[in-house]
Amino acid sequence: MMGGSASESAYRVLMGVLESRTGQTLSPSRIWRIEMSLKPVMQRHNIADLDALVAALVTSNSRQLLDDTVDAMLNNETYFYREYSLFDDIAATVLDKLREINKLRRRLTIWHCGVSTGQEAYSLAMLIAEQGEKWAGWQVDIVGTDVSYHAISRARVGLYSQFEIQRGLPVQRMVRWFDQTEGGWLVKADIRRRIDFSVQNMLTDRPPLASPADLIFCRNLLLYFSAPMRQKAFAKLRTMAAPQSFLVLGAGETVLGQTDQFVASPRLRGLYEPADQQVRRAAAA
Amino acid sequence: MSKSCLVVDDSKVIRKVARHILESMAFAVEEAADGQEALTFCRANRPDVILLDWNMPVMSGMEFLGAFNDLDYGHEERPRVVFCTTENSIDHIRAAIEAGADEYVMKPFDRETLEGKLQLVGVA
Repeated sequence: MMGGSASESAYRVLMGVLESRTGQTLSPSRIWRIEMSLKPVMQRHNIADLDALVAALVTSNSRQLLDDTVDAMLNNETYFYREYSLFDDIAATVLDKLREINKLRRRLTIWHCGVSTGQEAYSLAMLIAEQGEKWAGWQVDIVGTDVSYHAISRARVGLYSQFEIQRGLPVQRMVRWFDQTEGGWLVKADIRRRIDFSVQNMLTDRPPLASPADLIFCRNLLLYFSAPMRQKAFAKLRTMAAPQSFLVLGAGETVLGQTDQFVASPRLRGLYEPADQQVRRAAAA
Repeated sequence: MSKSCLVVDDSKVIRKVARHILESMAFAVEEAADGQEALTFCRANRPDVILLDWNMPVMSGMEFLGAFNDLDYGHEERPRVVFCTTENSIDHIRAAIEAGADEYVMKPFDRETLEGKLQLVGVA
């Protein structure tokens, strides 16, 4: 038995639905949580158990049920300034490097792929806002995409609970960039307007970038893909990356043995660069 | 050497919970039941961080902070102060920052939140 009380075929169908819709697979450690994750969906749609849910998915053609089911199986874990030292490095060196690279066209495009409920994208927007004058006269676009429509809806609103607001966010930034409302802590409009959030499948959709991305955040997402899907994902990231750009992965993620599209940046610790660009630079040297 | 934390709260239960969390993070923990006790402790000791409640009898957290700011730690670094309170309005939080608090934890909180805040002030 793979999980709780449902039949194995029900789990297989659900995992198939998740993979076909998002490219993601469920690790054994997540399979046992399926039933718990889907409980609210089953209650909302008045469905008794997982077997009945699978039957409804197969027979009802309900788009809403399908969206809700896939959404509930995704891991939307994120928080503000996740790995604080990384954001320190971005503020201290990465943004300066990107300003240098793009100084002639005065344009910066950031793509956060797998943005979830938006906390890390808002953290980036806060960093840029805090650098104020440095970016005067620049067009800075931040695009956040995620396959979860529920997560993107929340990201767009920018409203966070007391629990969420306390995770990783320094208090000085909290009072500077958030308003306290009856419903929670709302990101100020000046930060919200800097980010364009949209529902996208990174494997099949083209992100709405006005120009190739100079900085790509794709953290703790690729680990949910199978090896072939991960290769496809890296190829997509490379397609969307500017020649001189940087890729940021999750703390436990690497490109080593995963792809030859990106290599560790010799210029910025912990970041990755398009491999072909490095070859070109080495040849020119 | 382990870091030290002074937990200042009039609730014995809160002090116990905080002690449990902090000791699991290898902190040496001292307790005070109000601002006056905390001030007496701080005149003789230098904890790395102070976890401070707002509303307490005898001397409140804000009154403590006012007196604490006048203490002279010489060449040693001033202890970090993290407010830990049910006073969750933005006005309270602003007032605490202006009074010199380094971080702010709104109750209720969990271990991860507290650990994150202690990391932000550089003691964890």
